[in-house]
Amino acid sequence: MTTKAQTEAARAVPSDSGEPRYEVFELPEHTVEIVSDSGEGAQKCGQILGAVTAKMGNGVWTVEIIPAEIEPPPRSPAGGSGNRVRIGSEPVTNWGDETQLMVAFNEQVLMGRHRLNALADDATILLENIWADHPDETIRAAWQEAQSELEKTNYRIIEVPMQEQCLTVVEDPRRGKNMFVLGMLAWIYDRDLDLCRDQIAHAFRKKSEEIYKRNVELLELGYGWAEENLDFRIHIPAQPTTDPMVVMNGNEAVALGAIAAGMELAAMYPITPATSASHELGDVFEKFGGVVHQAEDEIAAAGVAIGASYAGKVAYTITSGPGLALKTEFLGLAVMIEMPLVVVDVQRGGPATGLPTKVEQSDLLAAIFGQPGDAPHVVMAPATIEECFHVMVTARRIAETFRTVVIVLSDANLATGVQPFRRPELDPAWVAAPPDLSPVPEGLKPYDWDAKTGLSRRFVPGQPGGMYTVTGLAHDESSRVAYSSAVHQRSSTMRSRKIAVLQSTLNPPEVYGDDSGELLVVGWGSTRGAIEEAVDRLRAEGMSVSSLHLSFLSPLEPGIKEIFSRFEKVMTVEINYSDDPDAPYINEENRRRGQLAWLLRAQTLYDVDCWTRVLGEPLRPRAIANAIRQRIETVEGDIA
Amino acid sequence: MTIPVNSLLQCALDDERVFERSDYEGPVPRWCAGCGDHSVLAATQRLLADEQFQPETTVFVSGIGCSSRFPHYLKTYGFHGLHGRALPVATGIKLHRPDLDVFVVMGDGDCTSIGAGHWVHATRYNMDMVALMLDNNIYGLTKNQTSPTTPQGYPSNTQPRGSWLPALNPVEATLGITNASFVAQTAEWIPPHLFATIKAAYHHDGFAFVRILQRCPKYTAPLFEEGLKNPDSIELLVHEDGVMVDGLENVYKNQVRHDPGDIHAARRLAEEDGRTRLGVFFRDESRPRYEETRHLQAITAEEKVTRLSEELDLHAV
Repeated sequence: MTTKAQTEAARAVPSDSGEPRYEVFELPEHTVEIVSDSGEGAQKCGQILGAVTAKMGNGVWTVEIIPAEIEPPPRSPAGGSGNRVRIGSEPVTNWGDETQLMVAFNEQVLMGRHRLNALADDATILLENIWADHPDETIRAAWQEAQSELEKTNYRIIEVPMQEQCLTVVEDPRRGKNMFVLGMLAWIYDRDLDLCRDQIAHAFRKKSEEIYKRNVELLELGYGWAEENLDFRIHIPAQPTTDPMVVMNGNEAVALGAIAAGMELAAMYPITPATSASHELGDVFEKFGGVVHQAEDEIAAAGVAIGASYAGKVAYTITSGPGLALKTEFLGLAVMIEMPLVVVDVQRGGPATGLPTKVEQSDLLAAIFGQPGDAPHVVMAPATIEECFHVMVTARRIAETFRTVVIVLSDANLATGVQPFRRPELDPAWVAAPPDLSPVPEGLKPYDWDAKTGLSRRFVPGQPGGMYTVTGLAHDESSRVAYSSAVHQRSSTMRSRKIAVLQSTLNPPEVYGDDSGELLVVGWGSTRGAIEEAVDRLRAEGMSVSSLHLSFLSPLEPGIKEIFSRFEKVMTVEINYSDDPDAPYINEENRRRGQLAWLLRAQTLYDVDCWTRVLGEPLRPRAIANAIRQRIETVEGDIA
Repeated sequence: MTIPVNSLLQCALDDERVFERSDYEGPVPRWCAGCGDHSVLAATQRLLADEQFQPETTVFVSGIGCSSRFPHYLKTYGFHGLHGRALPVATGIKLHRPDLDVFVVMGDGDCTSIGAGHWVHATRYNMDMVALMLDNNIYGLTKNQTSPTTPQGYPSNTQPRGSWLPALNPVEATLGITNASFVAQTAEWIPPHLFATIKAAYHHDGFAFVRILQRCPKYTAPLFEEGLKNPDSIELLVHEDGVMVDGLENVYKNQVRHDPGDIHAARRLAEEDGRTRLGVFFRDESRPRYEETRHLQAITAEEKVTRLSEELDLHAV
């Protein structure tokens, strides 16, 4: 399929001999991305391709390519917007390595991706062909400049007359190329055109019939053009499952999970990349008696959620790092007054405004320890999009049972990644019960802590005989302001004890791979798929590597020390910053470590190493595997 | 009569209950002697008994500061939360439980400084609750720091040569907020007026903002001397739709008839001109209330599951 770098204008080559004009590549997986200027619709094209692919029974993982601005200047390398779709025969658990096929609407967005090392060395590029001879001299010059850089690569670049073709159907090709491209890709990957039409109908359901028809016409045009002109097709066998499946992104899963948990209030303030969860809810929540409250700020969003929980129904607030920082004082209050609360933090790059649209896992320690004062609470991290759904049910239940704050750490990778998963078997028992307004039994106090577990029953306004005042001041069992010295010691003990009780109910995490060996890789959150894929590759090479993925970060799941003891070396792999141990000035004592590594070292006293990157993108299995190979060599060197 | 123990009959019982003022009285307040907070608490307890509030469906939400200890001294439900954040908590309570009677008690630091953003938006949300801003023109609990409502030139520990800037006028500011529906001012040292104003606020359908001028004997006593000793320094706004207190005209001879439906007149009267005006500046029950637009019918767990299943169908592969 790929040859030495060359720019060739694809031409219709009718096959006289009747032999197939194209070659079919049978592959277990392939990664394609579609990138355009903002507003040209590459994202929609990728979304539809992803959905159709999932429906055909292939594994799929879709990642959005999003510039930080709504409409950055056209033809700018950093302004590319689109979608990256990894298609597999088997279920796909992560975004994979480099892109193998790219559709670029102009050479500048191609250059943007090229400079990010997003493309495989031998990638095939389908590039709009209007730029080389564009009437605008500056565009021609920019094309020339890009051309000289691209000539040094091994890409196979095929110029495609996208605009010329689209003009036969629409007046403004900016509004049509994406569906033309979808058609091309549908031919290349042999996608079911009826499914494509269904998805187009769904994507444009709020638009007119005429728009639907035009988009279908463009789809068919692209399909036909590819059939006439391209010399390769890619066949990725599907393994249709009989299990009912659903497909969505992590934010949609969080939103629907909140509904499944019976929560009826989502308090939020707009922040990337969390907000789309509220878009999903805003659309459907009212059908479930729910309200999305867009508060005046992040602090108020936390306050409204806490007020709603106090009034009897556990609510949640959803945000990202900067918002979590603002909510800090309220989280401390919720811990102090033992008010159930679910907080979803869809992590992005930080600190400060950081990388608003890009993935990072750097809020871990802030989530656990970020509240001034001692504020024990629960921190969980879904590892897959499916878990984004179920974690909400679990988080609500824990928050309520343990009268505590549960912070759920998602991230931009999960939030915007799209993946099919087994359809949840919904259960009415997941839904929060209406508040119990029956009279409080005589003599019961609002913090009647069980001396052993620290657990107590929560009173709700409306319950006769339960009238008390919650207070963020240190308080006794009756919620009276504490003026004696022993009260704070005791109440702190009770609030901390609950978290240990929760830990006692958890199962030890399962090791992926052999349960003993040379190296154990520990991860948390969205990196699970990439880490396990890397482990699979290394084990296939004969290396003694296993991995462990943690769903609970506070409390940690039980038995971790015991698992560590079975490996010669333990290291975390995370998307946050750590110092290279060999860097100038860096030594054992001052080295900044990955956040989970820090936590595990403190809790287990094991010398846990780490490998982390903050490239603003999910980790690639190849990069993880390379890092692990190096560590294995170090271990073997130590032994020798 | 026989008292049924079944809690299901509790509702029927409720109607039979008669509450005395003592039924709302909590522990003895720990405010300074002569603090205006005592008066506001007394007026509130009187209102609770007069209106026969059910203690279990009444919630007082406060922030942090001297006056925010308020809920502790009542036998209703209370939420003594964070500095400046009483209004978001009250918003959350009312969103979920419009059936509860919600009162918010804030100080001037709470409302007009650290929580000022919430003040603007709570006013605009116009949810059915009473917001009492107990304004003693100073940070008391943290011991004498200038607040936004400290008069210009008045010294404190943080601005010992006097407050640098003109004081913020909370009534004028609230009247400037879109969708404000009830704005009043009263003084705690005139108990009948205080009571009548809080009562009018309670009966208002919407967000009723009451600024209560309140003495701090410790730090701002001189600021309230004129109002206390010289009734002529005070002007009462009177109207059938506002507050009318029989007998006050004997002491407070400056009375202005003001129709609370007239926002422009309200804003003129609120402007700083050296006069202390008490009464209802503005009232309009036709303004939209957020909890009404957002309140939804509760549905059962089974129905939720059915509807969620339909929602999942849209994502089905």
